[in-house]
Amino acid sequence: MQITSPDFKQNARHALDDVQLQKALGNVRAGFIDKRLKAVGALPEFDALRDSARDIKNHTLEHLDLYLEAYEQKVTAAGGHVHWAETAADARSIVLDLCRTRGARTVTKGKSMITEEIELNDFLDASGVVPVETDLGEYIIQLRGEHPSHIIAPAVHVNQDQVEADFRRVHTHLPVDRDLTEPETLLDEARKVLRAKYFEADIGITGANFLVAETGSSIIVTNEGNGDLTQILPRIHVVIASIEKIVPTLNDAAQILRVLARSATGQDMSVYTTLSTGPRRPGDPDGPDEYHVILLDNGRSAMLGTEFQEMLRCIRCGACMNHCPVYHSVGGHAYGWVYPGPMGAVLTPALIGVEKGGHLPNASTFCGRCESVCPMRIPLPKMMRHWREKEFERGLNPATQRYGLKAWAFFARRPRLYALATSIAIPVLGAFGKAKGRFSWLPFAGGWTKHRELPAPETRTFRQQWSQREALKQGGRA
Amino acid sequence: MTTPRAAILGKIRGALSGADDAARRAAVEARLSKAPKGVIPARGQLDDVSRIDLFCAMAEKVTCTVARVRSHDHVPKAVSDYLRARNLPHAVRVGDDKRLKSLPWDQIKTLEIRRGPSDGRDEAGLSHALAGVAETGTLVLASGKDNPTTINFLPEHHIVVVDAKDIAGDLETVMGKVRRKFGKGEMPRTLNLITGPSRSGDIEQKIILGAHGPRAVHLVVVG
Repeated sequence: MQITSPDFKQNARHALDDVQLQKALGNVRAGFIDKRLKAVGALPEFDALRDSARDIKNHTLEHLDLYLEAYEQKVTAAGGHVHWAETAADARSIVLDLCRTRGARTVTKGKSMITEEIELNDFLDASGVVPVETDLGEYIIQLRGEHPSHIIAPAVHVNQDQVEADFRRVHTHLPVDRDLTEPETLLDEARKVLRAKYFEADIGITGANFLVAETGSSIIVTNEGNGDLTQILPRIHVVIASIEKIVPTLNDAAQILRVLARSATGQDMSVYTTLSTGPRRPGDPDGPDEYHVILLDNGRSAMLGTEFQEMLRCIRCGACMNHCPVYHSVGGHAYGWVYPGPMGAVLTPALIGVEKGGHLPNASTFCGRCESVCPMRIPLPKMMRHWREKEFERGLNPATQRYGLKAWAFFARRPRLYALATSIAIPVLGAFGKAKGRFSWLPFAGGWTKHRELPAPETRTFRQQWSQREALKQGGRA
Repeated sequence: MTTPRAAILGKIRGALSGADDAARRAAVEARLSKAPKGVIPARGQLDDVSRIDLFCAMAEKVTCTVARVRSHDHVPKAVSDYLRARNLPHAVRVGDDKRLKSLPWDQIKTLEIRRGPSDGRDEAGLSHALAGVAETGTLVLASGKDNPTTINFLPEHHIVVVDAKDIAGDLETVMGKVRRKFGKGEMPRTLNLITGPSRSGDIEQKIILGAHGPRAVHLVVVG
């Protein structure tokens, strides 16, 4: 996957002009927010559970090495195999090695962001193994040769008529005159096509929402049931999970599950929460003969002990992007790598470097909605600020921005001069903008005013108004 | 040569350095052995009758259908009624679960009982739940030699028998039951928590039932 995060501005411009995308993004704005609010409103303990979930993950991260060891021991005791991978390339070669030694030609896949991160599909394709995505959204974008634009609704940028066109293009074995005008008929068609694939596959690959140290279980949370068919029908089940997916106990998983689905889709529980522990047991009539877990680091351990450690609490619910005005406007692909929205803006520079991903933390209005809805209470705006500082320290942002900031800093460090300058500038701006109440163009701000208007300021500065307010308060008290 | 395992654990330990290792080990052992409960929602903390009612109501909210019968002896008829009401073939796929095997199936002469795991050609499957969770209307099913997991996912209709006395208020209580039944730290190969029929919202965020798993989930609550 080509990383286009450095071109965020250009990507955003294209996204704003993309009619299909803008139509599709309306579904994000309309759907997720109300559903979440309703589910949260029906659970008085929701905020207490957020605290509990945050504390569990904080505790886990402070003891991550020990929980990973405990987890590994339980998986092995249950007859499973644990593989450790430092990098994406290491994880890919472990998968390929499993495919080669088992003679696997087809793998089915449950929905997994970690396999997007390690670009598993392209790699398998190039190695002669056919990967089949089975989540409806993932299947649709696989047919389109695209990447997910949302971490829980990968095809949220695609409209129904586009899905119909893709199905007609690919499912050529079906009658041309079939009716595909309803979402139900599209889903039915995908269900039939994919049903056969589960039975053909040699290996089923899933991600994991949680790994439980107490029992050595991997947990997947889904609504369609594709992840389950992926992990029970093929001979081999491979779980790929990053190291921070660990939780200590089943009870800890239960706490976080209560905030996960509510934050993601507004459900009390997702339809399927499945705990898998080891391979098929003696006498079991079904289930995989082999169970493998690939524990992937890929940059996580480097976040521990830094100002970005709290990001490792993320449970990938998508609430931050569902509530983000920037995501609502440009969608997920503009972010240019795997993880979009506010969580992507924080995680991407950590995983691919601030040189490539450092521009994403600038794609924020700092309105704070992401943090206010984050079930794990991750201070996303604060961490975006940390990235902005790092970008500035390394001289990565453009010269005009740096000079602008320097000019502002010059005044900000001299309060009297600042007051003088603003007391001249603000009335001038105010006078010019008085007629309309806003500006549709301003010198040096053309990029800003191109897509929106700047409200004209009051004729007095904020500081002038503030001192007057304080003076009135004092007067009132005296 | 350093193994990837040693490298990853080494990086983690390096980042967490400064902490008292003995204290960290003690904290981990304590948490794993005690498995403290966190915040338990009040919603499910009810007397027996109200808890079962809540379970049924929550299951219906996620588009399950519910039939309540007085004893296990009434289950075969409830299964038959469900199939007939939906004009389904009078056949059902069942594992060897003793709680289901011992039922008076011969009372319903025309009902075909297919034993063993599903191969995807069954219209209806029948399972017995290990437990129910009232707070969310969730069914808990454990795999084992008598309980094929394929029955939970491949048939179009999934009928699940739940004993009313197995309906707990919250998920943690069920996890406690799993520990008692299978041993502390031990699990069945697959533990399925099922909350409603399979669904997808991947086409323009419209929720449609029957994505890859059952289109319908019918509960028979006994007692």
